[in-house]
Amino acid sequence: MEENEKRDGKSVYKKDPVFTIINYSLFFIFTLICMYPFYYLFINSISANNLSSSGDIVFFPRQIHFQNYRQVLQIRGLMTAAYVSVFRTSVGTVCTVLASAFLGFMFTQEKMWKRKIWYRMLVITMYFNAGLIPMYLIMMRLHLVNKIWVYIIPAIVQPFNIILVKTFIESISKSLQEAAEIDGASVFKVFYKIVLPITKPILATIAIFSAVNQWNSFQDTLIYITDQKLYSLQYVLWTYINAASAIATQMKNSFGSAVNGAAIATTQTPVSVQMTVSIIVIIPIICVYPFFQRYFVKGIMIGSVKG
Amino acid sequence: MRQIKATNGEKVGILKRIPHDKKLFFMIAPFLVLVLIFSYFPLYGWVYAFYDYRAPLPLSKCDFVGFKWFKFLFANKYQIAEVVRVLRNTLAMSGLGILTSFLPLLFAVFLNEIKSKRFRKFVQTFTTLPNFISWVLVYSVAFSLFSTTGMFNNLLMELGWISEPLKFLDSDSHTWLTMLLWNIWKTLGWGAIMYLAAIAGIDQELYEAARVDGAGRFKLIRHITIPALLPTYFVLLMLSIANLLSNGMDQYFVFANSFNKQHIEVLDLYVYNLGITSARSLSLATAVSMMKSFVSVTLLCVVNFMSKKTRGESIV
Repeated sequence: MEENEKRDGKSVYKKDPVFTIINYSLFFIFTLICMYPFYYLFINSISANNLSSSGDIVFFPRQIHFQNYRQVLQIRGLMTAAYVSVFRTSVGTVCTVLASAFLGFMFTQEKMWKRKIWYRMLVITMYFNAGLIPMYLIMMRLHLVNKIWVYIIPAIVQPFNIILVKTFIESISKSLQEAAEIDGASVFKVFYKIVLPITKPILATIAIFSAVNQWNSFQDTLIYITDQKLYSLQYVLWTYINAASAIATQMKNSFGSAVNGAAIATTQTPVSVQMTVSIIVIIPIICVYPFFQRYFVKGIMIGSVKG
Repeated sequence: MRQIKATNGEKVGILKRIPHDKKLFFMIAPFLVLVLIFSYFPLYGWVYAFYDYRAPLPLSKCDFVGFKWFKFLFANKYQIAEVVRVLRNTLAMSGLGILTSFLPLLFAVFLNEIKSKRFRKFVQTFTTLPNFISWVLVYSVAFSLFSTTGMFNNLLMELGWISEPLKFLDSDSHTWLTMLLWNIWKTLGWGAIMYLAAIAGIDQELYEAARVDGAGRFKLIRHITIPALLPTYFVLLMLSIANLLSNGMDQYFVFANSFNKQHIEVLDLYVYNLGITSARSLSLATAVSMMKSFVSVTLLCVVNFMSKKTRGESIV
């Protein structure tokens, strides 16, 4: 018996097929629960709207059409919001990645005047927070309320990302600290020529996680923005859900029960708009997702410390 | 300037005359200014808690009221009931989160028992996805599936199991539980990743040795895998205790409606509603978030101290 197990460590497991079956099924069910909602939104956004608004599309799309996407893309507010979201995601990510790389590198420069004080001053900010109202009042004073820069500027300096870059640089090369002092090479040149290339893995992690954060961010629009032209996609989606919900209630009140929202297959309804926009908002996440998975473990450190 | 230019024989500016150590500092100074503006200067905003601030007026034209707002929170029994309600919601949501914090660990342990690499990859890929979508999208999903006109109600009605649509979203029953379930749905797969990484790091010889000694699957899990994961679990648990009062507002904001308001309003959402939605008083809202900050920092210090005492390691 013992010898048998020594030869094949897995033999122990073959003895309890019940466990294996239960284990597989539980994971399978949970995975389906995680997947299905996205699938549901997708098949409904491409099915006939009269079928989807009466909840007939459950497993497979029927009477497939892409009118919803064509029509939704013509909603002006939505396109503006898409530009805003793309802008904040790209510019915001580039800014914070460059700033994190630069500051992370600079804080490894032992020669810097009072380096430790500045570093501590930065790190401590992770652990306190003035609160919503003081932040709002500051933004108002800086005239950032209802400006697109409110999405970008406050998010540039991220202490945890800087710590990541700093420890990364320290872990791979001590000589970098001196590199900047070598005669002839300016600090910026060293940063550009040496630091940026070698910190690429950690910068990729930071980039991906800040991009997802920027894309998903909703609260800042809610608090600082009242100008419709500056709404982010997430916020617009939220208004569409509310509209869909209000109309669903109205219909229920006037017809007694939920009835078809759409007379013809391609007529837009608030629900079809809400589902279609949801899919549009998810698509970028799904697109970067495969690249993403490599950085998960590093990324979770970011998540856990930031709380 | 001219002199330096002449001696060096190349174009140099005033920068060359600054000593190297200061120069390095000046390069990061603009970023430090950002930190000052967006992290330290808002702390000054706490003085608003001691004034009766009326939005467009400058602070100098507003009345100084001392601790009025702090006292006001506990002034009469309605106000106290309000504070108790919000705190109860906050602690309930955080508490439920802490009570279920072992789930990602179990998820990782049992996923590790699955031998098919493909299946594991499949599970991981799709269970992590919900973590990367916003709460607005989660609500969109919830609305499509569970609203009175949503898929779930339609299905049940067609099956003839119910005649009136069930109110999953616009009702106050089991609000805490539903919030917990959505939270688990969104974060479980993601939370397991760190534990899976830790499991991958366990020395395989430990398992081999235990197997030779005749240990079965569950013994291996109990005596090798779980003990190896406990330090990570402990750190995360401590951090979630430190964050007891800060459960964020995105989730509760999107799911909130007039039906479930009583049980969904956590502290962060309360501050938002107080200061921005109802615009009742910016000063009162500031006072509340100020107290929250104090409690949070204290909790963090306590937890850190405990961690130092018990594990000899600080967590922050």
